[in-house]
Amino acid sequence: MSHLTLFLDTMLSTLRDVIPIAVVLLGFQLLVLRQKIAHPWRVFRGFVYALLGLALFLMGLQKAIFPLGEVMATQLTNPAFLYGELYQEGVTVITSIHWQDYAWVYVFAFSIGLATTLAEPSLIAVGMKAQQVSGGAISAWGLRLAVSLGVAVGVSLGCFRIVTGTDLWLYIVVAYVVVIFQTMWAPKMIIPLAYDSGGVTTSTVTVPLLAALGLGLAATIPGRSPLIDGFGLIAFASVFPIMSVMAYAQISRWQEQRRVSKVEEGG
Amino acid sequence: MKALRPLFEAARDLTPIVLVILFFQELVLKQPIPNMEGILVGMLLVLLGLALFVRGLEIGLFPLGESMAFAFAKKGNVMWLLLFAFLLGFGTTVAEPALIAVAGKAAQVAAQAGVIDSTQAAMDAYANGLRMTVALSVGIAIVLGVLRILKGWPLHFCIIGGYFIVVVMTYFAPPEIIGIAYDSGGVTTSTITVPLVTALGVGLASSIRGRNPMLDGFGLIAFASLVPMIFVMVFGIVTT
Repeated sequence: MSHLTLFLDTMLSTLRDVIPIAVVLLGFQLLVLRQKIAHPWRVFRGFVYALLGLALFLMGLQKAIFPLGEVMATQLTNPAFLYGELYQEGVTVITSIHWQDYAWVYVFAFSIGLATTLAEPSLIAVGMKAQQVSGGAISAWGLRLAVSLGVAVGVSLGCFRIVTGTDLWLYIVVAYVVVIFQTMWAPKMIIPLAYDSGGVTTSTVTVPLLAALGLGLAATIPGRSPLIDGFGLIAFASVFPIMSVMAYAQISRWQEQRRVSKVEEGG
Repeated sequence: MKALRPLFEAARDLTPIVLVILFFQELVLKQPIPNMEGILVGMLLVLLGLALFVRGLEIGLFPLGESMAFAFAKKGNVMWLLLFAFLLGFGTTVAEPALIAVAGKAAQVAAQAGVIDSTQAAMDAYANGLRMTVALSVGIAIVLGVLRILKGWPLHFCIIGGYFIVVVMTYFAPPEIIGIAYDSGGVTTSTITVPLVTALGVGLASSIRGRNPMLDGFGLIAFASLVPMIFVMVFGIVTT
């Protein structure tokens, strides 16, 4: 019974999310464009699939992954885990922290950032489109891997920032400067896609787990405020994929050039 | 076999999450996995859901987004197209649950910082104002992005210019709003919006002569994540 109500709940909230879009699409289709859509039933079925799929996806996440992920995030940031038997609840006072103590947190941030971004539905959509539009020059899987690596690096650096307590804006400004330099050198074709990847990484799967990790870290480290330091991990997860996608394009261009020059030497 | 392909791909996409969780739970935290049965059921739902969603993209969201883009390009009326772009951005954002959650949290932060009164009414007004600001900014972002496709402006000038504004605004905005502003860029692009907006951009760029779908078609999502940051910081400055 609880499964059914949970399913209906998720379905309803997904539906509520989609109704404004459906109204806009239908309104313009019927009143302004007044053109027949090819295969209207097929398209309608597609919408139902997407909706149903998203509802099942979210429900499964809530049942399986989020609770466990959140528990793991709080356990990993717990001083009792970090300092082992040296730490006694209520007795030990943490006076100074070393960023090295949090090694497992960075590893967790890296791997969970990588894994969840690979499963991000909106990134799958953009990857499919990019592969189609580029005529296969950009592979959907390669793009998704590049974005996921960017998120992974960004998020672990974001955790490092929370542990050390350095200013958020410093990192973001430096990251932007790197992005500007990369934009000058990267193949033109990849730039719009790289900028888009920053926006698609942070939706259904990644955000709740990252928020739990950020809040857990900020709550257990003395001198950090969950309100100010807990935020900001998402900013890291949006900037670093831009860099990694441009880097991916640069690396594949170099490989291409090397292959071409080798062929020329050989011929 | 063909019908099973999305399922295989979904399984491949989800394997890393399972591995990460198993690794940390078993080897690092050394704890048994609680509620194994519930997790298996949940994973099965996630798998099925992802496969269905991808199928829905292929036969529903992508074709519709593209066919509407072609129809707008054929009709040639820019005003209608821009109105459509605005409503698509505004409509998809204003009801977004992630945004409602973030706005509520932001109101609490603002009340604690003493920016607004700690009454429920003041907090609700603040949260609503923030929500409307973000929704409006996403509408404007999609309009700007569509204009860019029509005019063929190079994307990197728009985005780098936008980043520059963000950096300057960060200097002036009250500190409580900055984290929220940066995050609001991320929460605006929901899973249904992204494929539709991408298909719209690519469709427009491929049906307008002289535009390259690869160079001009992408970039709408970049606008939708950038403009809200600027607007939320303006909101923060205005309300203090």
